[in-house]
Amino acid sequence: MKKKCFSVLLAMVLAVTALAGCGGSKDSGETSKAVENTSEAAEGGEETTGGEGAFKIGGIGPVTGDTAIYGLAVQNGMTIAIDEINAAGGINGYQIEMKFEDDQSDPELSINAYNTLKDWGMQMLLGTVTSGACEAVVAETYEDNMYQITPSGTSVAAIQYENAFRMCFSDPAQGAESAKYIKNNNLGTKVAVIYDSSDTYSSGIYQAFAQEAQTQGLEIVAAESFTADTNTDFSVQVQKAKDAGADLVFLPIYYQEASLILAKANEIGYAPQFFGCDGMDGLLTLENFDVSLAEGLMLMTPFSADAEDELTQNFVAKYQEDYGEIPNQFAADAYDAAYVIKAAAEQAKITPDMDASAICDALKTAMTEISYTGLTGHDITWGEDGEPTKEPIVVKITDGAYEFM
Amino acid sequence: MKRMQKTTRSNFITYGIVIVGAVLLQSLDSAGKLSSLFSGLLVPLCTYMILAVSLNLVVGILGELSLGHAGFMCVGAFASAFFSKVTQGTMPDGLRFFLALLIGAAVAGLFGILIGIPVLRLRGDYLAIVTLAFGEIIKNVVNVFFIGRDVNGFHVSMKDAISLNMDAASGEIIVNGPQGINGMPRDSTFLVGAVLLLVVLIIVLNLTNSRSGRAIMSIRDDRIAAESIGINITKYKLMAFAISAAMAGAAGVLYSHNLATLAATSKNFGYNMSITILVFVVLGGIGSIRGSMIAAFVLTLLPELLRSISDYRMLIYAVILIAVMIFNWSRGGRTIKELTSVKLRGIARKKPRGKEAR
Repeated sequence: MKKKCFSVLLAMVLAVTALAGCGGSKDSGETSKAVENTSEAAEGGEETTGGEGAFKIGGIGPVTGDTAIYGLAVQNGMTIAIDEINAAGGINGYQIEMKFEDDQSDPELSINAYNTLKDWGMQMLLGTVTSGACEAVVAETYEDNMYQITPSGTSVAAIQYENAFRMCFSDPAQGAESAKYIKNNNLGTKVAVIYDSSDTYSSGIYQAFAQEAQTQGLEIVAAESFTADTNTDFSVQVQKAKDAGADLVFLPIYYQEASLILAKANEIGYAPQFFGCDGMDGLLTLENFDVSLAEGLMLMTPFSADAEDELTQNFVAKYQEDYGEIPNQFAADAYDAAYVIKAAAEQAKITPDMDASAICDALKTAMTEISYTGLTGHDITWGEDGEPTKEPIVVKITDGAYEFM
Repeated sequence: MKRMQKTTRSNFITYGIVIVGAVLLQSLDSAGKLSSLFSGLLVPLCTYMILAVSLNLVVGILGELSLGHAGFMCVGAFASAFFSKVTQGTMPDGLRFFLALLIGAAVAGLFGILIGIPVLRLRGDYLAIVTLAFGEIIKNVVNVFFIGRDVNGFHVSMKDAISLNMDAASGEIIVNGPQGINGMPRDSTFLVGAVLLLVVLIIVLNLTNSRSGRAIMSIRDDRIAAESIGINITKYKLMAFAISAAMAGAAGVLYSHNLATLAATSKNFGYNMSITILVFVVLGGIGSIRGSMIAAFVLTLLPELLRSISDYRMLIYAVILIAVMIFNWSRGGRTIKELTSVKLRGIARKKPRGKEAR
């Protein structure tokens, strides 16, 4: 009984803080220096967005947990872009405030993160980073009519509503493009696929690839899967691919696992053509990886840190200076997404005193009118379905570096 | 007689807390006084409170450590989500959600019985580990199913979506393997959650004070003695286990109908979740239904309230957890609690006396 009384007390205290608390919360993390934050957020609705003189852009992604590497990359890429935009005078003359919330790539926590940002007065959402969480959040943004652009949510359903746009390739686009590319360039006829069945990204690409392969007349002789729990030993999968006589192995997976597969194939003397997707980017910078194993590997990636153009070089240099590592495609997508918001906002001539819904309506139209050139593609345009049209770039690893095809 | 009254009163206090809390929050929410974060948390709060109460039935009342509770939640979530997705648009939303609740609870209860039959032969640590394994099995099995529907009916595959061989025009994938179910109708409301919590509380509290409940507790206190007076151990163990599973299934229904997407990951239905639920129960007091309910409420809210300190959030959460556990069990902590409760009781006593005098 005593304990209960105490816990009731504790619960009440917490509940009261919960009700009152959101208004008083301090700026977390990334708020840009430009503007002071008067958060009367608890009231919600229009007032919070009114007359503060700065756009509020929120970001959601996993900055803790298993997939923190992607969330952090997006957070960093987005921070760099927004700092640059603010330094150059902002959007339509208004500065941008940014806030990034953690979701641990869990749909339920992602909704909480979204609601936290809404209380803060967010007007545009750059997120979420992972597909599963994005699918949950997009239902909410659609209901609230909030503009959303995901830097890296690749599944089709992640942007199923008209308020949502995508910066990266969708899973089906990548799978289908890969199959077409392989067929058109005669890279192989008997294809083996090794994919991660527990990962939406990987299995999404695989499904689209298999469908397109059927129409293209590619023969899939082996489709071997693994899960996040069994991603350390690939002897069985590689051996099966070899036994099936595959002359091309398609790897729609991340580079960590790919490095093990390459090593295993080398060990058993199996040397087919390997073909990867954008998840493969980062392979060459992997610690303790023998780069010669990746010789001849081809991958389809929208971004390469080695690219010669000035934009990429500046971005990579800035990223290295601030965070001490080479940026991956997640960071590049986030950087681009922030600039796409800028481009669309300038096209639509929106101002920070508009509410989120009005901004969304304006941006929805503007998105289909703009053409954007950035780190991950040239002259990217968006259709009403929110999908970007950009050319996939295929690179081949030669002498330990990307060679553009 | 006097003793009965005391438990009845305690039960009504519990119901009272839920009803008052629900009415308060619901009215604040409809008046728009709650922050978006808090109103978004209402349904999850109900879900976790139901889970904590249902696990307390096994851990606190039956006295067996179960580490696979999230598995039953998973079964309930997927069974009901499948039903809702298939019947979407064929019946009114309210009716469909009600049926989904029944289906989720029933299927999870059935799994509770099926798993309980082999598992409940074990005791103590062994039982804990086997339930842990079953929880993981359920999550992984759910992940290999691909189910689609077209004009010819249902197609099931355990390989991938392509081998469903569906009719291209009318084919619709319902369960997409590890990607789960997408485009769920979002029927869960706080009102339903609160009513469900109340129902679960009534079931558990009444069961505890019934003949069966006493039999279950006698197994916990002394299995051999219980057996010697002719109590059917297997029957009562299974009963507690299945009821607990069914209620976890109902919580799963609430969970799955709250989000637009449902996928079984190790975060939401893996052992992490099972442990989290167990933490609610242990922190709230093993066997104390009201305590576990309040612990679930506080611990679900805590990480969200700590968002303002961003990077240190999970660290602080863990430290608070440890601090509360130590406080609960240290001598100093107990003394403080006793003093507070004496004071509280003093206040509480004055009021009824005043009434009597009048």
